[in-house]
Amino acid sequence: MSDAILNQAYDVQRVREDFPILARSVHARKGKPGKPLVYLDSGASAQKPRQVIQAMTRFLEEDYSNIHRGVHFLSQTATDQFEAVRAKVARFLNAPNDRCIVFTRSSTEAINLVASSYGRTFLNEGDEVILSIMEHHANIVPWQLLQAEKKIVIKVVPCDEDGVLDMDAYRNLLSDRTKLVAITHCSNVLGTVTPAKTIAKLAHERGVPVLFDGSQAVVHGTVDVQDIDADFYVFTAHKLYGPTGLGVLYGKYDLLKKMPPYQGGGDMIESVSFEGTTFKAPPSRFEAGTPPITEVIGLGAAIDYVEALGRDAIAAHEHDLLQYATQQLSQIDGLRIVGTAPGKGPIISFALEGVHPHDVGTIVDQYGVAVRVGRHCAEPLAERFDVGPTVRASFGLYNTREEADALVQSLQAVKEFFGA
Amino acid sequence: MMDDLRELYQEVILDHGKNPRNFRHPDDANREAKGENPMCGDRFMVYLTLKDGVVDDVAFQGRGCAISTASASMMTELVRGKTAAEAEKLFHAFHELCTQDEPDIPEGVDDETMEKLMVMSGVRQFPVRVKCATLAWHAMNAALHGEAAASSDQF
Ligand SMILES: Cc1ncc(COP(=O)(O)O)c(C=O)c1O
Repeated sequence: MSDAILNQAYDVQRVREDFPILARSVHARKGKPGKPLVYLDSGASAQKPRQVIQAMTRFLEEDYSNIHRGVHFLSQTATDQFEAVRAKVARFLNAPNDRCIVFTRSSTEAINLVASSYGRTFLNEGDEVILSIMEHHANIVPWQLLQAEKKIVIKVVPCDEDGVLDMDAYRNLLSDRTKLVAITHCSNVLGTVTPAKTIAKLAHERGVPVLFDGSQAVVHGTVDVQDIDADFYVFTAHKLYGPTGLGVLYGKYDLLKKMPPYQGGGDMIESVSFEGTTFKAPPSRFEAGTPPITEVIGLGAAIDYVEALGRDAIAAHEHDLLQYATQQLSQIDGLRIVGTAPGKGPIISFALEGVHPHDVGTIVDQYGVAVRVGRHCAEPLAERFDVGPTVRASFGLYNTREEADALVQSLQAVKEFFGA
Repeated sequence: MMDDLRELYQEVILDHGKNPRNFRHPDDANREAKGENPMCGDRFMVYLTLKDGVVDDVAFQGRGCAISTASASMMTELVRGKTAAEAEKLFHAFHELCTQDEPDIPEGVDDETMEKLMVMSGVRQFPVRVKCATLAWHAMNAALHGEAAASSDQF
């Protein structure tokens, strides 16, 4: 299908009606109406459609109970619904089966799980882990903790001025000492989508497993973990229009099977005695304690929601917004966009000459425009581009060209304010 | 709404933000402390030259937003020539002004100084920006006490 046809079919106004929060205004004061909310911070966390909110409410009102441990009716009902979402997530990522899907609290916890369970078991002093310059702190700090404990070595793949990953440097970093590669599939600052399939292929030629941080990537396009041949793939529900408190770890079953538990507790054991405890097979082995049951139901509804809209249609809509917004922003004097890789996701980070991002954020907020300012949990990257903090506008499936215009207008106001 | 913005970004503040005073590293400084806001990456070094218990010189360097830069710049102008005890009192007065709707100002701060401090009080309407306004003041206070850094947890 061509973009034009997809875009015609995509009725963003209709979509917006699904998101109750988008109807609100902000900064209303006694007697004075507020400004309509222009939410351009979905990269930090996406808003939730009524379908997700209602699915969670319905579950709590009708079917809620603890799972995996009751013989009673509700426990069985809740368990069935919970496990059905595991199967849905497997389909969503095109994982071979639902045993490869582990529920965690977040992307952060999923990466910590791999660093802790896989890393502490299979990595030793002098072994190398390859990361990239554009990682979120969630995919840096767990490896540094491991570095402190096991004396592993961290290698970092750089990127070029556009924010494209330097694949020659990556090839050169891969060596006999490399024991794991952990790289983002889409940068939360630059929007760069990395060539996951090639990254995995090159690592696999040396027998090295690869983890992808898909926190941003699953939101903006279709991900096929088997096609990429990812060994581990993580994402977080709240950026995918689902609830907070829930993440997903996909792992190849052969790897998961070799890995010891991450946390101990109920639900992950076969039998417990003080002489010795035996653990369940994955994914249960990694899901100690009561999981975020209602949130899992919410994620199921979120996946249904984006699939009903069509992931290609969403991607086409967001691509249109990205191009439009980039074009409009580029016309502002003194505005520098950081991250111009071809095929990037709908994330635009920029600096405005003469005005600190913090001041930009405060002023555009008064116009109802919600953006993120700062270093976006990716400090090494800010150093790389020598920009310090930036302003980030990130677009989601509900944003419109008019909202991009509102951003541009509010930035004009910033410039007037500062005479920049 | 836009009034709040004008209140926050008064002309004086925009001016100090763009042309910070005492933006330098004095050779004879005998105290220095770092102030850092990890959230936005703002970072200042504040330098004091204490002579016989008096702030003989005070200056700063670093990088921050208009609010934090202006506040640092104005701080250097207000603190110079004060005794260490007076400077600390100013720090507390300023902190009150930025954080409390009914600030409890310590006694002995003269009206003219109060007026200058008041310029920054618009920040009260912008709670996330209070740390920007107080950053260099915390660093100054840390330097007074011979500490190397102000931890942003205290702000
Ligand atoms: C690329 C990337 N990785 C990891 C994370 C961490 O997600 P969470 O805080 O939900 O664990 C984020 C979100 O902030 C992200 O953008």
